Amino acid sequence: MLTILFDGVAYGMLLFVLAVGLCITLGLMNFINLAHGAFAMAGGYLTVVMMNRMGISFYWCLPAAFLFSAVLGVVLERVLYRRLYDKTHLDQVLFSIGLIFMAMAAVDYAMGASPQIVKLPPSLSGRVEILGAQVGIYHLFVIVICGLLTIGLQFVIAKTRFGSRLRASVDDGRVARGLGVNVTGIFALTFAVGSGLAGLGGALGAPILSMDPSFPLKYMIFFLIVISIGGTTTITGPFFASILLGVADVGGKYFVPEIGGFIIYTIMVAVLIFRPQGLFTRSAAR
Amino acid sequence: MSEAPKPVLETCALRKAFGGITATDNVTFSLPPGARHALIGPNGAGKTTFVNLLSGVLPATSGEIYLNGVNVTNWSVRDRARAGLARTFQINQLYADLSPLETILIAINERENAATSWFRPLGSRSDLVDEAAALLAQLNLADAMHARVGSLAYGRQRLLEIAIALASKPQVLLLDEPAAGVPEGERDQVLDVVAALPADVSLILIEHDMDLVFRFAKTISVLVNGALFVEGTRDEIARDPRVRQVYLGEEEIAHG
Amino acid sequence: MIPDSPNKPAGWLLWRTRWRWYELAFWAAAASSFFIFPSKLMLISEIFILGLLAVSIDLTLGFAGLVTLGQGAFFGVGAYAAGLMAKYGAGTAPFSDPLLGLLVAGSVAGALGFVTSFLVLRGSDLTRLMVTLGVALIVEEIVTQAKDITGGSDGLQGVMSSPVLGVWSFDLYGRTAFWYALIVTFVCFWFCRRLVNSSFGLSLLAIKGNPLRARTIGMPVNTRLVAIYTIAATISGISGGLLTQTTQFASPDMVAFHRSADALLILVFGGSGFLYGGLIGAVVFRVMQDFIGNITPQYWLFWVGLVLVLLVLFVRGGIIGMLMALRERFSRKGEGS
Ligand SMILES: Nc1ncnc2c1ncn2[C@@H]1O[C@H](COP(=O)(O)OP(=O)(O)O)[C@@H](O)[C@H]1O
Ligand SMILES: [Mg+2]
Repeated sequence: MLTILFDGVAYGMLLFVLAVGLCITLGLMNFINLAHGAFAMAGGYLTVVMMNRMGISFYWCLPAAFLFSAVLGVVLERVLYRRLYDKTHLDQVLFSIGLIFMAMAAVDYAMGASPQIVKLPPSLSGRVEILGAQVGIYHLFVIVICGLLTIGLQFVIAKTRFGSRLRASVDDGRVARGLGVNVTGIFALTFAVGSGLAGLGGALGAPILSMDPSFPLKYMIFFLIVISIGGTTTITGPFFASILLGVADVGGKYFVPEIGGFIIYTIMVAVLIFRPQGLFTRSAAR
Repeated sequence: MSEAPKPVLETCALRKAFGGITATDNVTFSLPPGARHALIGPNGAGKTTFVNLLSGVLPATSGEIYLNGVNVTNWSVRDRARAGLARTFQINQLYADLSPLETILIAINERENAATSWFRPLGSRSDLVDEAAALLAQLNLADAMHARVGSLAYGRQRLLEIAIALASKPQVLLLDEPAAGVPEGERDQVLDVVAALPADVSLILIEHDMDLVFRFAKTISVLVNGALFVEGTRDEIARDPRVRQVYLGEEEIAHG
Repeated sequence: MIPDSPNKPAGWLLWRTRWRWYELAFWAAAASSFFIFPSKLMLISEIFILGLLAVSIDLTLGFAGLVTLGQGAFFGVGAYAAGLMAKYGAGTAPFSDPLLGLLVAGSVAGALGFVTSFLVLRGSDLTRLMVTLGVALIVEEIVTQAKDITGGSDGLQGVMSSPVLGVWSFDLYGRTAFWYALIVTFVCFWFCRRLVNSSFGLSLLAIKGNPLRARTIGMPVNTRLVAIYTIAATISGISGGLLTQTTQFASPDMVAFHRSADALLILVFGGSGFLYGGLIGAVVFRVMQDFIGNITPQYWLFWVGLVLVLLVLFVRGGIIGMLMALRERFSRKGEGS
């Protein structure tokens, strides 16, 4: 029971790290980048390549995945995404689905269609007993890393100058621009960090989520659920949404395996109907 | 009894707040049938907000609105329109990709409950099409009947904006700065159209050009900071020193 | 001035909705493909079916401006409804009748469309995308989980439709399937064409263009949207039913996300808001898929993605939009010289 809760929380925190970049960019530029999962996949596959082919330690893979996806993100943002900010949501969706398809086929080409297995380093495998429950060390590791990242993010957003500018830009981009905030620069940086976090999430998830070419499509749905429940105006909203989703998904699949898949979709549709602005938001999303 | 005809449109202590700003402040107002009423006031006085409240585009924070004695405060935009309330927008709300003829037909079809006809092609009701064409001709838009609305000159788009409202044969018509942005030479045309409306239609006109206002209106309300400042006949307002000071004075400064 | 156009405005509006020679040519070409590509009849039938699905999306997206990412749900529901009718009615003649199957497919999908239409009335494009996607995912999940009824991920086996009108049975070469799919697609298309050329169709354009304006004219915007969403769902259901009947098989693939994405892509590719865009898009899409699929089947997705990206970046209005821009340029050149 507690084990499932733990697994759920670990899974949820991982989802949060994967999704948070998307939430911020959506709130910031009203831009829906469904291909966000592709950055996560990039990080995941980088880990696979570095560990399985080059034999590099898992611990080095994490920062590498972050950097790799961040650079990828910033390049794509400057070259492609920039042109889409003033297009319709439909165009943005079509465009990012196009990118997903290309990424899926490219990974399939380079790495094959079968799921990639990443072996955990010995120090992270195994289980420990906490409060009478058997908990995977790796899940604990994920919770700690993601927890630290969340606290760090929250600190940056709440306490630093960059954070206050970011918040101003999310609240009202035009006003922020009028006050001399470099919204474009902030966006590029946020996009890079968001993509990097996705990459890091992909690397962290590589040992426990199945890493195959359909990854971006599979997790796109989870991201959308996180957004619809958590909203895009804060990062605490998506955080709680991710935890809820993680626990509901893991718990649902464990207790009622036949209808496990429904639970999360039903939550999403219900939230969209009854609270279209999100469950954990105060003001309406734009 | 016969001296005071029942008002077609009334508001009672109508209020609208946007966060801290009170855009409409306790407005109690009534409009008799056949009115030629002007609503004036400096920019940001809350004129457009008032029209939005009347037409249902914005919900009121408190207070009531009556149309022909019926409380319509909670009615939808659509129901109020069906009940005979039409409006134009300060900023054109047109269909750039349709033609003026189609635009007018949309409104006429709706009025005649012909818009649910899904099988017969558009144009099979030639009586309605002819009516639309006649209305466009009346506004000197006949030559552009089949053009793309987006390609029309701004002044003509403004006329079309009025034509849409007229097509629904309203009982009450709210005109939000119909001549705003129209080149000098074409302004008279807009006002002529307004002046030629049937006498039983009750009109509220929002306008900044005092010449036009005094030519058109029989009664005038002045709105300042969301509240009714003064109300009266054209001559009373023209003579009122406070209006001169608050509104006309400001305008002179703004011009100077 | 356009030649032949009667000068009375009503006549002009009527004249605009007449069948054009290129429309007739399009359908004549569709029919004659039976004789030109006798070995590809199944593929061509599938093109009609995909085209019809895209046309149904065009009704909501191209005319009413409703963004959806879940039309596959209705397609899939129709597919399974027709499949179940054919499977369980196999012995008893009236139940496995294909036309009755289509009727049921359309009704069931339409009912689902009606119920879910209320979900898309509120909110922004983004919430619409998510809600429609969510509904589609729920339907997909139901189909894969309800193994007893749908056969789960193995698909629905043993679909056997009776002969069409009791005369033409479905053959291995797809001859009956071809004419059946073509005629049903044409009839549905003809219906859609009447619909968009009517007063009702014009009111949809008004909603797409500016819902606030439509409301202030007195239009019951929500009622219209519910109506068109339901109609589109019905047609999607019919197209799904057609696919099951012509292939004698229904699989979860028919409700999968990529079904919705493909159909949307086909429409955007062909050009939305013209009705023919869906059909033309389906031809190009399927022919390309067949062609590239023969060379490198697994990388087909890459090209689809690339096309989508390029389309959004550079081409407005898809193939039809391009053709119209070309014609515009051509005629302007003609005037200039
Ligand atoms: N949608 C809105 N949200 C917030 N404030 C608004 C909104 N619409 C109008 N206001 C404010 O209400 C006041 C009145 O505006 P408006 O009715 O447009 O004035 P007018 O038409 O007389 O120029 C202004 O201070 C304006 O900033
Ligand atoms: Mg105004």
